[in-house]
Amino acid sequence: MGDLNTSMIEKYRNDFLKEVEANVEEGQWVKMCMQCGVCSGSCPLGPSWEHPPQEIFMMIRAGRRDEVLKSESMWMCTSCYNCIVRCPRELPITHIMHGLANYAHRLGLAPKMNPTRRFAKIFWDNIAKSGRVNELELSMRLYFMDGFKSGVQKGLEMKDIGIGMLKTGRLNPFGLFAHKGCKDIKGIHKMLKKAYEIEDRKKGFVA
Amino acid sequence: MADVVATNETIVVVGGGISGMTAAVEAAETGKDVILLERSPSLGGRVNQLYRYFPKLCHPTCGMEINLRRLRGNPRIRVLTLAEVDRIQGKAGDYKVSVTIRPRYVNDNCTACGACAEAVTREIPNPFNYNLNKMKAVYLPSAMAYPQRYCIDPSLIGTPEAEKAKAACPHDAIDLGMQEQKLTLTAGAVVWATGWRPYDAAKIQPYGYDRFANVITSVEFERLADPRGPTQGRILRPSDGKEAKNIAFIQCAGSRDRNHLKHCSRICCMASLKQTHYVREKYGDEGQSTIYYIDIRAIDRFEDFYQKVKADPRVRFIKSKVANITEDKDTGDVLLHGVDTEGYHRYDARHDLCVLAVGMEPSADIRAVADVKVDASGFIQAASATDGIFGAGCATNALDVNRAVQSATASTLRAVQVVNRMAKVEGQ
Repeated sequence: MGDLNTSMIEKYRNDFLKEVEANVEEGQWVKMCMQCGVCSGSCPLGPSWEHPPQEIFMMIRAGRRDEVLKSESMWMCTSCYNCIVRCPRELPITHIMHGLANYAHRLGLAPKMNPTRRFAKIFWDNIAKSGRVNELELSMRLYFMDGFKSGVQKGLEMKDIGIGMLKTGRLNPFGLFAHKGCKDIKGIHKMLKKAYEIEDRKKGFVA
Repeated sequence: MADVVATNETIVVVGGGISGMTAAVEAAETGKDVILLERSPSLGGRVNQLYRYFPKLCHPTCGMEINLRRLRGNPRIRVLTLAEVDRIQGKAGDYKVSVTIRPRYVNDNCTACGACAEAVTREIPNPFNYNLNKMKAVYLPSAMAYPQRYCIDPSLIGTPEAEKAKAACPHDAIDLGMQEQKLTLTAGAVVWATGWRPYDAAKIQPYGYDRFANVITSVEFERLADPRGPTQGRILRPSDGKEAKNIAFIQCAGSRDRNHLKHCSRICCMASLKQTHYVREKYGDEGQSTIYYIDIRAIDRFEDFYQKVKADPRVRFIKSKVANITEDKDTGDVLLHGVDTEGYHRYDARHDLCVLAVGMEPSADIRAVADVKVDASGFIQAASATDGIFGAGCATNALDVNRAVQSATASTLRAVQVVNRMAKVEGQ
């Protein structure tokens, strides 16, 4: 009886909802979902999601922490905002999905090979380095994300576009060596460091 | 209308639907003088346009008939049709109600013989059937119309057809020179019972009410089921007149939605449950109703009604707010797309016809004519102790017929108290 009771309590405890409310951007909205399903039905990528947003909200409330945070689902969001526009309770669903993805990533639970996560990581590292995106470096890193061979292959597929961009001055061929960052790169790094510190302190991450 | 005598012991009732009629009759039966104002050419309002009421599924003609009999038999009630209130000024016990009366072009001589309508050919959309069909421009608003007098549409005035109608009348009842009239009524209290209107379904863009012929509203479905309606009671879909046997009902079409109506319209669940009875009545086991819902809110005592419908094997319930609707151009069928909440299954469901259970919103904004507080949805809030203007029926909330009548009686009681206070003061 005692064991059963404990296991039932464990099953229904809503710690995860509280965790999401405290740590996930816009997470305080999750409890407002009334499970109508319009978000899932309106999502243009809906059929590709393992768990549509409506189900994710229910899983959070059911305390299924691992399943949610290790899920690929919220990484599918392309920020089209259809769900926000349609939600009868005006939940910022897009933002919650990004918030969940970011939280899962910070905890190290996000799927390692998820392409959206990898792109986001490459993009962030790129922009955080100098305060301005180095486009050539960004595309090179993306192309060679899966190794040398596939990188060359992708590069050849895109070569016409690349040449067109070179001709119109939209791509700096020397970008890898002579990238112009922000004026005060040190200042940017200082700001980002401070922001990380604040976020880590607020959300209880170990820095 | 110079014969309209009103004092500050008179109660003016605005709106001649079920709530306004109830208020007028109740007030008059306590011995008060009542002036009942109605914007359209006849009394009855939206209740008259229903096929059946829930939960007993009787026809509205019954309840309306009782009210009409009480109303006709009471000399204290004066009914003014085609009348709209422009302004209410003053305070409790002493109001001046400015009213505009549009011309009917037909006077009291009319016996509703119909000779005028036979003489004309011009047709206009029929508002009694939510414009699903057309009627002659000289018309009796409905079979139950009170007053039983024909009405000439203003678009006919000045045309040779109007002269034809006049020539056809054997009772000299047509007066094409009738003008708009303005009058000011004195009143001690006002009961505001202007009722509701269906939410404009075209605003729910993904449902395509304005694009797909076979997406209709619940009020239109009432007219399709009614033998007095445009299809003589056969449930035929608008695109091709085919019998619609596989029907989808979408709940909360506009209600409980911060992009549309914030409130729950309260009646729509019961209305759709009721309408599944129509499908069974017409098609028996060949009919199939599917209700798409967020929550079924069979309010109060109606839970057993819901349980009975649930037991019908020809009614399916799918817990899901439909995301969007597309049309199969070849067949005219509608395809409903969404994800259900019980298992998160994606569906693309084909139906002959889709009925949107549209929400209720107040049909008139009282703030345009008087300083009265309304809530976020535009419904009139409860009056304070010093007020003499009382909301009744669906002007105050989304209500079914039963509750609208209760609300009207309650408001009448308060109006009567104001008028009684006036009588006492004057008696001293």
